[in-house]
Amino acid sequence: MALSVDIRLSYGDFSLKVAQDFQLSGVTGLFGPSGSGKSTLLRVIAGLEARAIGRVAMKSEVWQDGHTHVPPHRRGVGYVFQDTRLFPHLTVRGNLDYAFRRAKALGGPSTEEIVDALDLGTLLARRPSQISGGEKQRVAIGRALLTAPKVLLMDEPLAALDEARKADILPYLERLCDQSRVPILYVSHSVAEVARLAQHMVVLRDGRVLRTGPAAEVLSDPEAVPMVGSREAGAVIEARIVAQHEDGLTELAVSAGSLFLPRIEAAMGDALRLRIPAQDVILARTRPEGLSALNILPVTVTEVKIGEGPGAVVQLRAGQDLLLARLTRRSVAALGLKPGVAAHAVLKSVALAKSDIGTPHMHRGADSGAI
Amino acid sequence: MALPDLGPLWLTLELAAITTAILLILGTPIAWWLAHTRSHVKPAVEAITALPLVLPPTVLGFYLLILLSPKSAIGGFWLEMTGTTLTFSFIGLVVASTFYSLPFTVQPLQAAFEVIGRTPLEAAAMLRAGPSDRFFTVAAPMAARGFLTAAVLSFAHTIGEFGVVLMVGGNIPGKTKVISIAIYEQVETIRYADAHVLSAGLLIFSFLVLLLVYVVNRRFPVHVG
Repeated sequence: MALSVDIRLSYGDFSLKVAQDFQLSGVTGLFGPSGSGKSTLLRVIAGLEARAIGRVAMKSEVWQDGHTHVPPHRRGVGYVFQDTRLFPHLTVRGNLDYAFRRAKALGGPSTEEIVDALDLGTLLARRPSQISGGEKQRVAIGRALLTAPKVLLMDEPLAALDEARKADILPYLERLCDQSRVPILYVSHSVAEVARLAQHMVVLRDGRVLRTGPAAEVLSDPEAVPMVGSREAGAVIEARIVAQHEDGLTELAVSAGSLFLPRIEAAMGDALRLRIPAQDVILARTRPEGLSALNILPVTVTEVKIGEGPGAVVQLRAGQDLLLARLTRRSVAALGLKPGVAAHAVLKSVALAKSDIGTPHMHRGADSGAI
Repeated sequence: MALPDLGPLWLTLELAAITTAILLILGTPIAWWLAHTRSHVKPAVEAITALPLVLPPTVLGFYLLILLSPKSAIGGFWLEMTGTTLTFSFIGLVVASTFYSLPFTVQPLQAAFEVIGRTPLEAAAMLRAGPSDRFFTVAAPMAARGFLTAAVLSFAHTIGEFGVVLMVGGNIPGKTKVISIAIYEQVETIRYADAHVLSAGLLIFSFLVLLLVYVVNRRFPVHVG
C-alpha cells in the first residue's frame, strides 16, 4: 500500500507532472535543485494546491480525483514548513496544544512524549518570537507529530538554519526518522541530508521525476551522478564500530575491510552510515605504498560512465558495497579501467552519514569526520 | 446654569454602539472576502465599500432617504411589516450609519487579514482545523489589533456623523436627535453655553477613547514575527 500520486499542475512556464507511488515506510527523500517542484508536490499531496489536476490517494482513501477533493484539514497529513509557521499569538505550549486538542481521539502521541523527545520543556512558556530558529523548527516538528498524521511531509526543515543550528537539530531529526512509525516525505536540496536521513529517494528536476529507488542504490549509481550534482555525488555504506584506538581514531568495519575516523563517541558494535563523496576517491591499480592516507579498500570496477567533458564516473564494488569515484577520462584510459578490473580505492574523506537505528546517544556535529 | 438635556448623548452612544456591532458582523466577511479573493469583481466591491469616504454625506443621505422612504420597495416593506417608517426613525439611523461607516470597518480589517496572509491558515489546516475553526482561533486573534481599530474608528465616526443623519433622521428628540444635531441646533439658536457642554463632552470622550486604544496597543502588543 502506498501514497499514490498522479498529478499535473502548471503556473507561468513551470509545470509539475508526477506519477509516482511513495512507499509508506521509513523516510523518502524528495531530492532536487531549487525550482524543481519538490515543495509544490508536497503542497499538492497536502491538498493546498487547489489548481492541481489528477489523482492523489492514500492507500484506498482517495484524496483527490476528478470528482473529489478532500480538504487539507481532513487528510490527516502532518506538514513541517520551512518557515515553521508557528502561531505568533500562542506560546510554544499553546502551539502544541492546538495540534493535540484536534487530534486527541486519534491515538497519537501525548504532549508530554513530544516535549520529552524534542527537549521542549524549557520553551513551553515562551512565544515563538522569543526562541531561536532551530528551537522553532523543533516545536514545529513536535506540533506536526501531535496531529497523529498518516504521513509527515517535511519541506526543507533545515534550509533556513545556519550550520550550527542544523547540527543542533539533526540528532532530533534522525531520532524522529528512525523511531517514528509515521512515514515521512522529506524534501531537501542537500544530498548529505538525504543520505543521512532517507532510505528511499525520489529525484525531481524541472517538475519531473528523474529517478527513484533505495537511497543507497541511487547514490551509488553512476547514471544518477549528473542528477544529484557531480560535486555532491557519493555512495553511502554501512559500517560498524569495532575499536577505539589510543591515538584518537575509531576503527570501523565495512564489508571490504577497516576504515579509521577521528574519534566517534559511540559504543562498540554500533552501526553507522558513512558517506563517501565520489570526488574524494582516488584509484590505484596496485596497493599504494608510502601514502599518508589511512583508508584504502580493495575494489573491483563494475561500471565506467564517461561523462561530457573531461570527467568520468567509475562504480566500484568494495565487498558487499558499491562506491563511486569521479576521475578524469585520461586517468580511466591510463589505468585501463573497465568492468572486472581490480584496483585500490584511496578514500580522501569519509563522512559519518548517520547513526544507527535506535542508538540511544546521538553524535552531535558528526558530519565533519573527514580524514 | 441648568444642565443641558443629555438625551442626545445617550442616543448617540446607543446608535454608535449598535452600528459598530452590526458593522463588525457585516464588515468582517466582506473584509475577509476582499483579502482573499482572486475574483475580478474585487476592485468594484472595494470601490463601493470605499464610496462613503469620498461621497458628500448629503448625497449618501439623499439616496438613503429615497431608498428607505415608504414609497420605495424596502421602506414600503418595512412599513407593512412593522407599521412604522424607516425614515425619521432610530432604525433608519442605524441603517444609514451602517452604510456611512462601512469603510471604517472594512478597510482596517481587510488590511489586517492581508498582513496575516494565507500561510498561518494553511498551517492551521495542517493541524486539522476546519475553515471556521481557522478563522476564530488563528485569523481573528492575529487580527485583534485590526478589530480594535475597526471598532473604534466605526464607533467614533458614527458619533461624529451629521449630514446623513440630518437627511435621513431629521431632528426628533429621543428618536433621531443625536449629539451633533443637538449641537447644531444649540448654535443656531445661540445657546452657546449648552453647545459648549456637549461639544466639550464629545471632545473629551473622543480623546479618551483614542487614548485608550493607543495605550492598549502599547501595553498589549500583538506578537507577530
